[in-house]
Amino acid sequence: MFIATCLAIMVVMVLAMVRALVGPTVYDRILAVNMFGTKTVLLIAVLGFLGGRPDFLDIALVYALINFISVIAVLRFFEYGRFRFITVPPGVPRNDVADD
Amino acid sequence: MTNWIDLFSWVLLMGGSFVGISGGIGLLRFPDFYTRMHAAGVTDTLCAALILLGLMLQAGWGLVLLKLFVILALLLLTSPTATHALGRAALHSRLQPLLDNPEELSSKP
Repeated sequence: MFIATCLAIMVVMVLAMVRALVGPTVYDRILAVNMFGTKTVLLIAVLGFLGGRPDFLDIALVYALINFISVIAVLRFFEYGRFRFITVPPGVPRNDVADD
Repeated sequence: MTNWIDLFSWVLLMGGSFVGISGGIGLLRFPDFYTRMHAAGVTDTLCAALILLGLMLQAGWGLVLLKLFVILALLLLTSPTATHALGRAALHSRLQPLLDNPEELSSKP
């Protein structure tokens, strides 16, 4: 039963990777990679149970944290073109940010 | 008693696998970014919750159960946040949703 779940999760990961390779916009790719990361967490957890070593859950926990942080960082990069916070004094026109 | 717990855990794991595969197919076949976001949101929360609940029933009482619970809480907190940020970033960058009738967009404020 763990093997069936592992196979299903791997099928979903393949589908997500196809979408990440095909995807027309960059947001499709980020969405697919985010889903891939979530499925990786689940796969590591199920694999730990499959091998009889539930200590793998620590790795899954760390992977969940890294996945969230990386998706937010990549989104911020694509939205603003940089990782830093923008520190301009109020009143100065901000030409470098596409604000609307 | 153990058989019932095993059976229920099996049902949860298979349900999670089904929801995940249907969400993956939806991610491939939906026509638009926003509809694909709907498909990915289904697998991100429901599939993860079902599979982790199934694993929790297998784990029994102990530290493993606590770790599974922490992973579940973390996923339920972070993946809707990431999806919300993704949709907001896509709207912010003027990615237009696919409409049946494109004149409706220009008439709305």
